Amino acid sequence: MATETSQPKVLEIKDLVTRFYTTDGIVKAVDGVSYDVHEGEIVGVVGESGSGKSVTALSVMRLIPPPGGRIEAGEALLDGEDMLKMSEERVLEVRGAKIAMIFQEPMTSLNPVLTIGRQLTEALETHLDMSREQASNRAGDLLDMVGIPDGRNRLNDYPHQFSGGMRQRVMIAMGLSCEPRLLIADEPTTALDVTIQAQILELMQRLNEELNTAVIIITHNLGVVARYAHWINVMYAGKIVESGPAETIFKNPRHPYTIGLLSSVPRLDEPRKAKLDPIEGMPPDLMNLPGGCSFRPRCPFAIDRCAEEYPPFELVDGTTDQHKACWVDVTQVSAAKAGSDN
Amino acid sequence: MTQTDVEVTGHGTEQYTGEYLLEVNNLKMYFPVNSRGIIPRHVADVKAVDDISFFVRKGETLGVVGESGCGKTTVGRSIMQVYKITEGEIMFEGVDLAKLSPGRMRRMRRRLQMIFQDPYSSLNPRMTAGSIIGEPIRIHNMSSSRGDYVDQVEELLRVVGLNPYMRDRYPHEFSGGQRQRISVARALAVRPSLIICDEPVSALDVSIQAQVINLLEELQEQFDLTYIFIAHDLSVVRHISDRVAVMYLGKIVEIATREELYENPLHPYTRALLSAVPIPDPIVERQRERIVLTGDVPSPIRPPSGCRFHTRCPIAIDVCTEEDPEFREMGGDHWVACHRV
Ligand SMILES: Nc1ncnc2c1ncn2[C@@H]1O[C@H](COP(=O)(O)OP(=O)(O)OP(=O)(O)O)[C@@H](O)[C@H]1O
Ligand SMILES: Nc1ncnc2c1ncn2[C@@H]1O[C@H](COP(=O)(O)OP(=O)(O)OP(=O)(O)O)[C@@H](O)[C@H]1O
Ligand code: SF4
Ligand SMILES: [Mg+2]
Ligand SMILES: [Mg+2]
Repeated sequence: MATETSQPKVLEIKDLVTRFYTTDGIVKAVDGVSYDVHEGEIVGVVGESGSGKSVTALSVMRLIPPPGGRIEAGEALLDGEDMLKMSEERVLEVRGAKIAMIFQEPMTSLNPVLTIGRQLTEALETHLDMSREQASNRAGDLLDMVGIPDGRNRLNDYPHQFSGGMRQRVMIAMGLSCEPRLLIADEPTTALDVTIQAQILELMQRLNEELNTAVIIITHNLGVVARYAHWINVMYAGKIVESGPAETIFKNPRHPYTIGLLSSVPRLDEPRKAKLDPIEGMPPDLMNLPGGCSFRPRCPFAIDRCAEEYPPFELVDGTTDQHKACWVDVTQVSAAKAGSDN
Repeated sequence: MTQTDVEVTGHGTEQYTGEYLLEVNNLKMYFPVNSRGIIPRHVADVKAVDDISFFVRKGETLGVVGESGCGKTTVGRSIMQVYKITEGEIMFEGVDLAKLSPGRMRRMRRRLQMIFQDPYSSLNPRMTAGSIIGEPIRIHNMSSSRGDYVDQVEELLRVVGLNPYMRDRYPHEFSGGQRQRISVARALAVRPSLIICDEPVSALDVSIQAQVINLLEELQEQFDLTYIFIAHDLSVVRHISDRVAVMYLGKIVEIATREELYENPLHPYTRALLSAVPIPDPIVERQRERIVLTGDVPSPIRPPSGCRFHTRCPIAIDVCTEEDPEFREMGGDHWVACHRV
């Protein structure tokens, strides 16, 4: 892990705040998020549905829909250049060339009336100034690289002629076509089957190693991040509540939400439990967050202070790189749970 | 309130005492594919389910797993008689549902219920939670008075862990997990003996899935329910099932008890599926061998000859391309269809 974090930073997100102004109220979708991605690193982002994982990525890509959505504060430095302050023209140059994003549903992000080949060559012609012929050669190579059998002969096919797994490969090929510095994959395999999911993830990992492309994987599948991510950020209600090297987060989670999340999923490698241990209560309502820590209404470790002040995001005692936002040191609390103020 | 309170309000249960609550024999469900044009012609069939047989014992949970499009939902809907099946027998409580008249089927429907994947689209947005849950009670005339009806609805809300005052709310005012609870309450309202759960937790947040699974298990015990649990998450299926059926391209390739299937999988497809499930532990993950299958799932319109898995099977031999392997019992309730076993 040290090898990645000692690499230069490709992306630096600092205190990002993104909100949606709706008729029902203000949604604090991203509320002060900061994280870094280093060269060649795979960063996993996990967390509750609606916690702001996608909106963080969309903010960095400058894809937040106006007029309701607004990036209100923060920086997103891509090789030191702030994406959030760039002109529209510059954003168009950078997007696809230096930073690319693939989405959960490949069918909706591919254009149904353009051939697969055309969708691939377009980016190559605009960003890399290739001729038609060069671009189409390269497109064939790309399809080969992502493992579409006989890719060269399928450039004239339309998206509907491809299966879900093949379309997701095309998306990855498009994402990687200009060899970006950073690839953001938002639930890249959620719509796919486990055996196809395994193929796609192995492919992304191989490309990460071969091309040294940094990757952000957003997913709700803890197994996926365990296998592929070097670093993990856990989000809850618009904030990062815990972060650290993958191994540490899985072995010694210190935030009650992370602990709850890890123990609520049944695991194939462990004896079957008689009963699952869910996180009680409901996901938070971003328009009406409780005061203090947002996780408090569901937290088995909560103390009085949790209702009063949001806990600072701080280094976990005794570690050098794990951070959490929680008032309680869970290692000091027995299974009987905390109850009194400290 | 207790089980008896609900029981009294429900109508008498059929006194079926056989070992198998459900026995499906040689079920086929083909969907016709028609050519486009002014006069559409029947040109082929999607063989969504192609000659499968299995049984479900009273009180157990049969898990059904397999990749997208392999026919899981079609099996569920065929049992529910949503389709007129192409061929086969569906013996439920000793009666072949496929042969029932529409009138008798309507009365029978009360005994089998289905819960769907999507808690967002499966509830009528213009009905309150109370009337959604109460609708089947009204349809099947299962209440003796207005007061009794209200009591039943409130009791059902409580049983699934919702507050009775929520009965006047509309679906959009509930979270995904709560909506799935409403679907469960609605399915329970008519006191069924079999509930087919089609991906009941897939659309829910990870932190909520465990709540709904625990609820389903509690209700099973409380009301002596039998489940068919369709899902693609093999870890969840292992947790909830007594026995598990693995489907591939319209066929069941393996059925076994939970322990057998997960400890001693025999079919190469089952093995690949199990090895592809990532485990939330980086240290364990690093040491796991993974069988990565190449290629995509073939089309059910023109399934491969012989064993349908042979195009992706890492251990296929010549005979696999020619002969469809027989579905045989290997002892101890363990069935498999593979030439190499
Ligand atoms: N266009 C929009 N208008 C209003 N609210 C929005 C919009 N897009 C997102 N939101 C809200 O912002 C919050 C964060 O959403 P986001 O999509 O980032 O969640 P997520 O963590 O990616 O969740 P999931 O795991 O479900 O994809 C959610 O509460 C969502 O409802
Ligand atoms: N009404 C229909 N008409 C035509 N084809 C259908 C119909 N319903 C299902 N199919 C086809 O039958 C096959 C099996 O579909 P089914 O929905 O049963 O799969 P599944 O295993 O439930 O998949 P998933 O995991 O994606 O829900 C698929 O190829 C599907 O396209
Ligand atoms: S700050 Fe308090 S409420 Fe929040 S997670 Fe920590 S212990 Fe729980
Ligand atoms: Mg998202
Ligand atoms: Mg289905």
